[in-house]
Amino acid sequence: MTEPLPEHPLDLLYSETEEDLRAAVRALLTDRAGHQVLLDRIETESPYAPGLWKSLAADIGAAGLLVPEKLGGQGASHRETAVVLEELGRAVTPLPYLSSAVVATETLLDLADGSEAAAGLLAELAGGRTVAVLAVPLSTAPGAEFPLTGPVPAVADAPAADVFLVPRADGLYAVPAAEATVEPQTPLDLTRPLARVTASVGGTRLAGPDAARTAVRRGLLSGAGLLASEQLGLAEWCLEETVRYTRERHQFNRPVGSFQALKHRMAQLWLDLVGARAAARAAADALATGSPDAPLLVAVAQAYCSKTAVRAAEECVQLHGGIGMTWEHPAHLALKRAKSDQIALGATGRHQDAIAALVGLEPPL
Amino acid sequence: MTDAEELRARTRTLLEEHPPATTDRTDFLRARFDAGLAWVHYPVGLGGLDAPRALQSVVDAELAAAGAPDNDPRKIGIGLGMAAPTVLAHGSDEVKRRFLRPLWVGEEVWCQLFSEPGAGSDLAALATRAVRDGEDWVVDGQKVWTSSAHTARWAILIARTDPDAPKHRGITYFVCDMTDPGVEVRPLRQITGEAEFNEVFLTGVRIPDAHRLGEVGDGWRVAQTTLMNERVSIGGSRIPREGGMIGKAATTWRERPELRTHELHRRLLDHWVDAEVARLAGERLRQQLVAGRPGPEGSAMKLAFARLNQAISGLEVELLGDEGLLYGEWEMRRPNLVDFTGRDAGYRYLRSKGNSIEGGTSEVLLNIVAERVLGLPPEPRNDKDVAWKDLAR
Ligand SMILES: Cc1cc2nc3c(=O)[nH]c(=O)nc-3n(C[C@H](O)[C@H](O)[C@H](O)COP(=O)(O)OP(=O)(O)OC[C@H]3O[C@@H](n4cnc5c(N)ncnc54)[C@H](O)[C@@H]3O)c2cc1C
Repeated sequence: MTEPLPEHPLDLLYSETEEDLRAAVRALLTDRAGHQVLLDRIETESPYAPGLWKSLAADIGAAGLLVPEKLGGQGASHRETAVVLEELGRAVTPLPYLSSAVVATETLLDLADGSEAAAGLLAELAGGRTVAVLAVPLSTAPGAEFPLTGPVPAVADAPAADVFLVPRADGLYAVPAAEATVEPQTPLDLTRPLARVTASVGGTRLAGPDAARTAVRRGLLSGAGLLASEQLGLAEWCLEETVRYTRERHQFNRPVGSFQALKHRMAQLWLDLVGARAAARAAADALATGSPDAPLLVAVAQAYCSKTAVRAAEECVQLHGGIGMTWEHPAHLALKRAKSDQIALGATGRHQDAIAALVGLEPPL
Repeated sequence: MTDAEELRARTRTLLEEHPPATTDRTDFLRARFDAGLAWVHYPVGLGGLDAPRALQSVVDAELAAAGAPDNDPRKIGIGLGMAAPTVLAHGSDEVKRRFLRPLWVGEEVWCQLFSEPGAGSDLAALATRAVRDGEDWVVDGQKVWTSSAHTARWAILIARTDPDAPKHRGITYFVCDMTDPGVEVRPLRQITGEAEFNEVFLTGVRIPDAHRLGEVGDGWRVAQTTLMNERVSIGGSRIPREGGMIGKAATTWRERPELRTHELHRRLLDHWVDAEVARLAGERLRQQLVAGRPGPEGSAMKLAFARLNQAISGLEVELLGDEGLLYGEWEMRRPNLVDFTGRDAGYRYLRSKGNSIEGGTSEVLLNIVAERVLGLPPEPRNDKDVAWKDLAR
């Protein structure tokens, strides 16, 4: 037998502070971003509610969780950020949190030491005053190659961005949205707007090519790791809602939730959620402690939580019967988010390839 | 209250007074039991110190570092995992003092006489009878699938004492002496070729009333203690990354590049992820227990590992190709110890089929999760208020 692969100690539980933060975010979203509100809003031009962003980002302070206090943030960590994302996922909230408060913020954090411009922008993001978006397709995996040339398709949350972080051949640039061309695209996930962004010239240079590559990689790695928590929250809502509904809905003179075929499907889903929670917590904790295990645990969390969220949403639609196919029931919002999350920040196969390389399970010769 | 420092000090005293290098193994284990360092959360005088369960790891680490012998928990798993908690919760003081020490030390192996030909998942339907005769009970019936019956000195046994009561209410729980002349153990050869379990025939077996656990007629409730502990102990052990089945398959993959195909690569990575996630979920469960917040995840672990073990061992056989067509040996053996990951891939594949049957089938566990965790409506049933003797069989 070969030696077991190394692993690092992890704290997989939620702290009391994290639970308090969860309660605050959940109260806000229940109050202001319930599914009915959402269903009304996706009919309008933009699903975003700027007032809600201000409450979450600035009043609760959620935008600056990853940023140290001396740089204008809350000095918390990926663990707290993950809890916010669980709640945002549970409510399928349309806010640029993952793109601005996680991916762009982490990218800038990597540069804030050497670049005053980066540090200044970071403080703006942490305070929730500015929204920044990394100008890469939503599907980009950590470790992808840059630069991209020409217009960049499927940039998530682009319509809400004040600033784009643009990777170019000679480094990373901050380009004001006013100087970029943003052409909205019709997204599968109605709660995460996409646009084609052209920002090939101008802006402020934040870093040279090497530093840019490392910084973008860090941004995407944290994004992928914490996306798992969004997927977890979403899957939890789907299961809870399905259990609630099937206990009430009667057919054949019984609650449909008393049929064993359905009970087993929901029990199996619960089982997958137990795994998803452990995987998402592991990724968040490894990112928070800067563990050398982080790239592996992020890839594991993505590979696992993506498929769990999609299955949970698909089961939610199926077990609701005809109602699950209607526009007025929120199940489709979850399904659309889950399916697009599966592609976001690296599809399952990309993460599996990363795992294979990290643990030495090489592909066929 | 006993803290980590005190436990460390007690462990060092034990090691000083009974140096492992020069002390007989059994003597050392007895001394450890008497020092309260066997299972620290057990009561004083019964191998423990009434300490928090989580502190056991402090003791274990000290002892491992000193090269002290252990009691081979795998060999006495049924005693440790199922008999002991039941004896502790429901036995008289005399019974606890008589049984717990040799059980823990490993001098006496235990088995579990629960399942019967007509009562598996529906365990409460059991037909083995126990009839009161003076200070004794006389037991007649047949048990089946009894692991380790051939090495066991004692058994936990449930039997029907009131056929007129509904099935859950007429059962009583006993400790049965496996050396009683009325106990006959016949090997049952299984899918792997070996016989780790048995049929057990009970004919006029005499059990003193003092060896009854719990009240007459209350055996079903007592059995719940056993069954709950069984599930936790099956899913509860800590494993390192790539521990268990996935480690075997990954090693074969690394060492045998000529066997690799693209299709198997994808499936291997799927399983690798699932195994790592199951490991993390187990770790999270343990952290919850230590923090005093046990979750319902215990039953999830057994289900997850059964599925994983079967999928991974199946993949390993395919990976091996021509070698996967072969089997180590079919010779009938009577192992003292079940080694799930031992032997060859074919053995692992076949033995893992039992993981979703033994200790409650996966289907029954899914029912339990659906009803007790998710709160879904119970299965409709027509046997609740009918006397056991009137049920269709
Ligand atoms: C390797 C091994 C070791 C064992 N060791 C011991 C031991 O030491 N002591 C002991 O007492 N027993 C032991 N058992 C027995 C084990 O606990 C039983 O086999 C198990 O509880 C299933 O019972 P059964 O075999 O009668 O199957 P059945 O109960 O007859 O089940 C047949 C099938 O029906 C399904 N089924 C049954 N009820 C339901 C339901 N309500 N809903 C959905 N599906 C259902 C089952 O899942 C299974 O697929 C062992 C079994 C194995 C395989």
